Amino acid sequence: MYAFDFERPKTIAEAVKALGREDAQALGGGQTLIPTLKQRLASPSVLVSLNGIKEMIGVRKEGDTLIIGGATPHAVVAKEAGAYPALAALAGAIGDPAVRNRGTIGGSVANDDPAADYPAAVLASGATVVTNARQIAADDFFQGLFTTALEAGEIITEIRFPIPGKANYQKFQQPASRFALTGVFVAKTAGGVRVAVTGASEDGVFRWTDAEQALSSNFAAGAIAGLKVSDDGMIGDLHGTPAYRAHLVKVLTGRAVSAA
Amino acid sequence: MPKDHGIGASSKRREDIRFLTGQGVYTDDLNLHGQAYAVIVRSTVAHGKIKSINTSNAAGMPGVLAVFTGEDFKDVGGNPAGWLINSRDGTPMREPKRPVLAHGKVRHVGDAYAAVVAETHAQAKDAAEQLAADTEIKDLPAIVDMAAAVADASNRVHDEIPDNLCFDWGWIEDNRAKVDEAIRNAPHVTTLELINNRLVPNAMEPRASIGEYFPGTGDYKLTTTSQNPHLTRLLVAAFVMGIPENKLTVVAPDVGGGFGSKIYHYGEEALVLAAAKKLKRPVRWTAERTESFLSDAHGRDHVTKIELACEKDGTFIAFRTETLANVGAYLSNFSTATPTFLHGTLMAGPYKVPNVYVNVKTVFTNTAPVDAYRGAGRPEATFSLERVVDKMCRELNLDPFEVRRKNFITTDMFPYTTPVGLPYDTGNYHATLDKAMEIANVSGFEKRRAASAAKGKLRGMGLSTWIEACGIAPSHLVGVLGSRVGLYDAATVRVNATGNISVMVGAHSHGQGHETVFAQIVADKLGIPESSVEIVHGDTSKIPFGMGSYGSRSLAVCGVAMTKAIDKIVAKGKKIAAHMLEAAEEDISFEDGKFAVAGTDKAKTFGEIAFSAYVPHNYPLETLEPGLEETAFYDPNNFTYPAGAYICEVDVDPDTGKVDILSFVCADDFGNIMNPMIVDGQVHGGVGQGIGQALLENTTYDENGQLLTGSFMDYAMPRAEDVPFYQVDYSCQTPCTHNPLGVKGCGEAGAIGSPPAVVNAVIDALHRGGHTQVKHIDMPVSPSRVWSAIQG
Ligand SMILES: Cc1cc2nc3c(=O)[nH]c(=O)nc-3n(C[C@H](O)[C@H](O)[C@H](O)COP(=O)(O)OP(=O)(O)OC[C@H]3O[C@@H](n4cnc5c(N)ncnc54)[C@H](O)[C@@H]3O)c2cc1C
Repeated sequence: MYAFDFERPKTIAEAVKALGREDAQALGGGQTLIPTLKQRLASPSVLVSLNGIKEMIGVRKEGDTLIIGGATPHAVVAKEAGAYPALAALAGAIGDPAVRNRGTIGGSVANDDPAADYPAAVLASGATVVTNARQIAADDFFQGLFTTALEAGEIITEIRFPIPGKANYQKFQQPASRFALTGVFVAKTAGGVRVAVTGASEDGVFRWTDAEQALSSNFAAGAIAGLKVSDDGMIGDLHGTPAYRAHLVKVLTGRAVSAA
Repeated sequence: MPKDHGIGASSKRREDIRFLTGQGVYTDDLNLHGQAYAVIVRSTVAHGKIKSINTSNAAGMPGVLAVFTGEDFKDVGGNPAGWLINSRDGTPMREPKRPVLAHGKVRHVGDAYAAVVAETHAQAKDAAEQLAADTEIKDLPAIVDMAAAVADASNRVHDEIPDNLCFDWGWIEDNRAKVDEAIRNAPHVTTLELINNRLVPNAMEPRASIGEYFPGTGDYKLTTTSQNPHLTRLLVAAFVMGIPENKLTVVAPDVGGGFGSKIYHYGEEALVLAAAKKLKRPVRWTAERTESFLSDAHGRDHVTKIELACEKDGTFIAFRTETLANVGAYLSNFSTATPTFLHGTLMAGPYKVPNVYVNVKTVFTNTAPVDAYRGAGRPEATFSLERVVDKMCRELNLDPFEVRRKNFITTDMFPYTTPVGLPYDTGNYHATLDKAMEIANVSGFEKRRAASAAKGKLRGMGLSTWIEACGIAPSHLVGVLGSRVGLYDAATVRVNATGNISVMVGAHSHGQGHETVFAQIVADKLGIPESSVEIVHGDTSKIPFGMGSYGSRSLAVCGVAMTKAIDKIVAKGKKIAAHMLEAAEEDISFEDGKFAVAGTDKAKTFGEIAFSAYVPHNYPLETLEPGLEETAFYDPNNFTYPAGAYICEVDVDPDTGKVDILSFVCADDFGNIMNPMIVDGQVHGGVGQGIGQALLENTTYDENGQLLTGSFMDYAMPRAEDVPFYQVDYSCQTPCTHNPLGVKGCGEAGAIGSPPAVVNAVIDALHRGGHTQVKHIDMPVSPSRVWSAIQG
């Protein structure tokens, strides 16, 4: 780790100001960033911790929308997002208790790890990512591996999830990291079914539109039986070939539909 | 009623109080006045020629006290291999020098070629980064694949070793022709090619070392994460640094697991001593987790072809094994013994097979050194044997339980010497198999399988009947086999004047529970409370010369030495009692802590005798020395041979390839049991590691010699959710015939016996599910591998 300054603002406005300093970086739960610093792979001059900002922490429901503060730890979502059980279950299966009590939804979504769980929920739910500056639709937010629509210094203050009629997340763990080797989030909303896949593609989280169409007319596992997922552009690594991941996408989608 | 103290009781592990409350003192917990910090500079390429190292920038950086390179150590000795193995043609193995810091060439990613010592760890790290930037290394092609390494004489890990071969060993060479002939003429031969996957030990505590030098006396002290401080002292003193043994103290305080990887002497230990001497300050080094992955000795890594010849009814005729064993870039201390005498000698298993031959070619590659890891050689032997037996049963449509029964050595045959030279003293393999089958409820399997099938799962059952040789000792045997050290152990029992006891042992506990079990034995033998006994280990300035802990030897070797020392204490106590009670020595009996005159009520307690030995007012001083302290060395005349039967049941999800272990039954024969709870724990841990090897763990280098599994993000360790509630039984006991405690080792059993049980269960599940094209899946049997195998 290289030396850095540390700030712990109390409001979003203070945080934005602190992030204006040269080479400043936001710190959520540090579950991704701190290991990166320890390996000397990043050298911010100042870390701006977001977890002292009360307005960014917590879960609340407004009508049919569940709103989660950007600095809310996974464990809090697991406990308090009962209005959206599939989301609560997803949060409760991230990492281990230490990770869940430190890591935050904003950090996970901003980081956009191709194997992270939350991005699948955000995309499948058609959620809105709210930052200090604007609102970004999920479909516009994720832009490939570790790449999002966020500008430098922009922070996720909250994420607004329209609560779907039915939803389920199926995660197949990578044996070592226990991130998603492949994960599929299925949400049945008034506007149709959305299916988001994480862990599988070299382009990061994506929507499986063929399945969405099939499921929108018939929300049953059998509806996707005739579909095939191409292994083109799927991740191939020590833990699974592209063909294996493509296969898992279909298996997990079927399971998610049955369990929703 | 189970006993509540002494031998056979499940006494709670006294050391756990400090471990579980954060009161343990590990090497990195020690902070010494004036200490400086060393950071090692490691190669990022697998194979390269060091063209230049410019140390001046690093040396001038803030806080930097010293910079070391291979040049500084080129005139000191190398870290030697502990066993000399001869090739089939009689020539001795090739032994390249293993320097403290690489000199001239780097030979694996993580190879240490320089070190920086600074006032703070951060300063040392900064300077190490600078030094790496100021080093020019010319890349050479990496040698990773063993077959290619042997085939290509132009590319060499060590310039002086043309074919990258350390040795080509045959065991037993005289068997070779007969075995070949038997296989040629056999009615059936099953052939299996397999890989025994390379493992990273991943002890919870990374390696750490602190060097101290005392200019006033010229003494050195090394505090280090070691499983055997005396061996480390011997290696550092006599072979590497040339420090007189009496000028070096080695202390291994609390050590957080080793699994073999901390048996060996590593260059960092010499480095911190040299740095401490140069700076006249304590110098410390602690590995980061990445360094552990890159530079701890790895385990296993065999590529094997095994053939089993048999009659059509499954009666074994011959086993023939050809193995390529990876030693990595340098010879670690036990690395040459592991694939040979800890592997080849076990290739008869528990079976009365008349013909066995093993050929092992040991190969240098540009990878981290490979050495003994929990089980060491014996898991490799067991995996090859139990997998090929399983495959044969499928080919001939024979019942795997019956085939084992038919071929087991029977109880009337002991002592029994196998065709690969091991004299098994005792055992009862039928008994452990029956017991395992009973606990596993084998006859109820079909019903359970149907229940799994109803849930869309393929259920399978796998068997492994294993044997091993441990209690690693007999010096006369290991000497014949090439060991350059003796493998006895030693203990000193010191009865203090007030009657409590300090026992100094050569064994080293790094999690096993010696402090509890050894105290139970002493308490039992002397009829005193366990709480009156303290076990001292890990400090060469306090303990007698012992060989540490590995090879499941602590109890079977050191524990017996301790028992012998206790016998001497009792014998002396009888003399003192005879004097005090005015009786003949032969008439004194010792029982339940009392020395008594037979047939009378005259008696003295153990405490009274101890007091008299130290306050000898009424004492036979003319014929007996005062004091009550005895030392014994013990060198057994054979290994011990624990054995057992493991039955594993799995569900395979055919859609994802995921394997779930539903039950795991162990019926083991460990001879007499000193503490059942600790034996349970040892078996649980060993089986957990075996399940890790079978399903999860893999060490992968790419073709450039980069370690792809260099962190827990990609190296899959077993977790609680991956293992079932084990059913462990050790009621089938055939006590070891040649040690007075009747004990056999139990520390490695689980890791030895379990991997084939798991893989056999997976293959069984796939066959029962109709996927009969699957003959074998290499470990780790990961979801993607299982799925690919199902696809055909
Ligand atoms: C052992 C382990 C296991 C894990 N397992 C899983 C798993 O199974 N599934 C999974 O999905 N994840 C897993 N994770 C990752 C975990 O969920 C992290 O919490 C998450 O990826 C990052 O969140 P964080 O709050 O810790 O962010 P940090 O590490 O603090 O930051 C990560 C990045 O996001 C930026 N950032 C942080 N907060 C914000 C914000 N509000 N707005 C904008 N930018 C921000 C930071 O500047 C940084 O670039 C695991 C992590 C560990 C260590």
